[in-house]
Amino acid sequence: MNTPPANSADFPAIELDGVTCSYGDRVVLEKVSFAVKRAEILFIIGGSGCGKSTLLRHMIGLKQPTQGTVRYFGRDFTHATAAQRQELLRTFGVLYQSGALWSAMTLRENVALPLELLTDLDRRERDEIVALKLAQVGLAGYEDYFPSELSGGMKKRAGLARALALDPAIVFFDEPSAGLDPITSLKLDELVRQIRDTLGTTIVIVSHELASIFDLADRVVMLDRDVKGVLAEGDPRALRDHSTEVRVREFLNRREEPVQRQSAKVTT
Amino acid sequence: MSETLPQARADAAQDGDTLVVRLGGDWRITGRHPSWAETIARHPAQPVALKADGLGTWDSSLALFLHAARIWGQKQAVPVSFEGFPAEASRLADLLSAKPDPSCKPGGLPDLFTALGGATFKLWAETKDLAQLVGECVYSVARFFRGHAQFRWRDALTEMQQCGAMALPIVGLISFLVGIIMAYQGAVQLRQFGADIYVADMVGLAVVREMGPMMAAIVLAGRTGAAFAATLGNMKANEEIDALETLGVSPVDFLVMPRIAALFFMMPLLALYANCLGILGGLVISHGILDIPASLYWAETKSIIDLSDLGTGLIKAASFGLLIGVSGCLRGLQAERSAAGVGQAATAAVVTGILLIIVSDSIYAVIFNILGW
Repeated sequence: MNTPPANSADFPAIELDGVTCSYGDRVVLEKVSFAVKRAEILFIIGGSGCGKSTLLRHMIGLKQPTQGTVRYFGRDFTHATAAQRQELLRTFGVLYQSGALWSAMTLRENVALPLELLTDLDRRERDEIVALKLAQVGLAGYEDYFPSELSGGMKKRAGLARALALDPAIVFFDEPSAGLDPITSLKLDELVRQIRDTLGTTIVIVSHELASIFDLADRVVMLDRDVKGVLAEGDPRALRDHSTEVRVREFLNRREEPVQRQSAKVTT
Repeated sequence: MSETLPQARADAAQDGDTLVVRLGGDWRITGRHPSWAETIARHPAQPVALKADGLGTWDSSLALFLHAARIWGQKQAVPVSFEGFPAEASRLADLLSAKPDPSCKPGGLPDLFTALGGATFKLWAETKDLAQLVGECVYSVARFFRGHAQFRWRDALTEMQQCGAMALPIVGLISFLVGIIMAYQGAVQLRQFGADIYVADMVGLAVVREMGPMMAAIVLAGRTGAAFAATLGNMKANEEIDALETLGVSPVDFLVMPRIAALFFMMPLLALYANCLGILGGLVISHGILDIPASLYWAETKSIIDLSDLGTGLIKAASFGLLIGVSGCLRGLQAERSAAGVGQAATAAVVTGILLIIVSDSIYAVIFNILGW
């Protein structure tokens, strides 16, 4: 399986310790703490505007938390030096919502670029890895296509091939099902599971696609705009059926519970 | 922070008539790992047994190694066996052997005739696009005069400000410097014949008939034509143009015509401004180097320039404006729906714009000569 940093066996793959995310003076999330185990598939869920994508951007280093620490395999990512940060960046890959493929490059060049910049592999080996990664995501033979020649689902799979180029220990997905039909979305879910099962990759997915959540998730972390942090955490089915939080049950059952709310108001 | 992982290794040892290759350590694609070619280099073709005795963690680098061993075995026609490897690693190696999707496009460069044919079809398609856009613009103008066009004056005025007022500094600077260059070059030659005063005639005529409109047009082709192409290309990539069409709004009325109209009205004004600055540049050099009094220079300039000179320059400027607007908008509407497509559209808009300016200027030179203007 793929290889997290040495001497890190006792640590979780990802650990958030009191992370606060802000845009200027506006605090979006406050003191968020949770951990992701190795080879776990974790969904970060929550209503629109609750800060899911913001949290993801802070986890992958596109934004710096105003407080708290993000750790990968026990090593501080938030306060890492430039060299340490470069090393930790190689432990994870990211699939962005649009695929974020470089439009002026073919799929071969898109997938090969991280290999070219960050490994000593020669061209033949790079080409073989590209072929392997594209085959892994079901795009064998599409090396010479440009992103503009692909459908939305194919772009996502190509983006995933690029994210997997360096065999990262962790892969982040930002809304992978957005804009995909149910069958394509299902195939992408199967691919995610296969990647985890093949290489023991830790998977973190930001999504509110309930079908995917119940199909794939080992655990979910639900964020909430009102509490500006984690509202609930655990197995999605258990939370759906037994959570004490109405908003969690409503979200996971995809229906409002008006009666309880009204009666609660009356009693107060 | 430095890591010490067990180094990936592949040790080959002879065992009877079989070569046993034992793989061990941690195999990482980002680290050093042995290649099959190196491992087998000093051994003759013979049956090979690969054993994963001390294999630690692994990734795609192991799959590459297993795949290479498999291919070597097939080429040498010798059996290669695998023992103790994770099933997932074998599955990844299988993927490398998978045949490409038959629907995939063929690679390689096209031959000369295919390339020539492709270029001809592309040129034909572009000519049709240009003709279609010009035709739609003519219809749009007709709709405008009948009061049916979805033309917004507010957009046209904004574009006029952008391509007119905002371009004054750069057009002024370039025209002034061109006036200086022409006067200086002319002064060196004319002084030899004692004909210093004719610098004013030369600069005046050249600037008003040619250089003023031309310099303003080239600046606007680079500045405004590229901006039009990038804006429309980006709007196309973001499906904003599709949204207009589904609302029943003509993109030509709404997006193209205000831009072309802005350039059509602003270019003559910018050419007049460029003429003034060009003549001023010539005056500064004549006064500073040739000691020609400013009043004499101005009187000489007025005597040589008549309304037909000014008129030809302004007619050209207005048509250059149309050409820049059409080429910028055409390239923007033709842009591919990607970041690279927008960049290519902006470049193509500038190249097309300048090419059309030069071609039309030479046509005008012939026409005005025939007409005696």
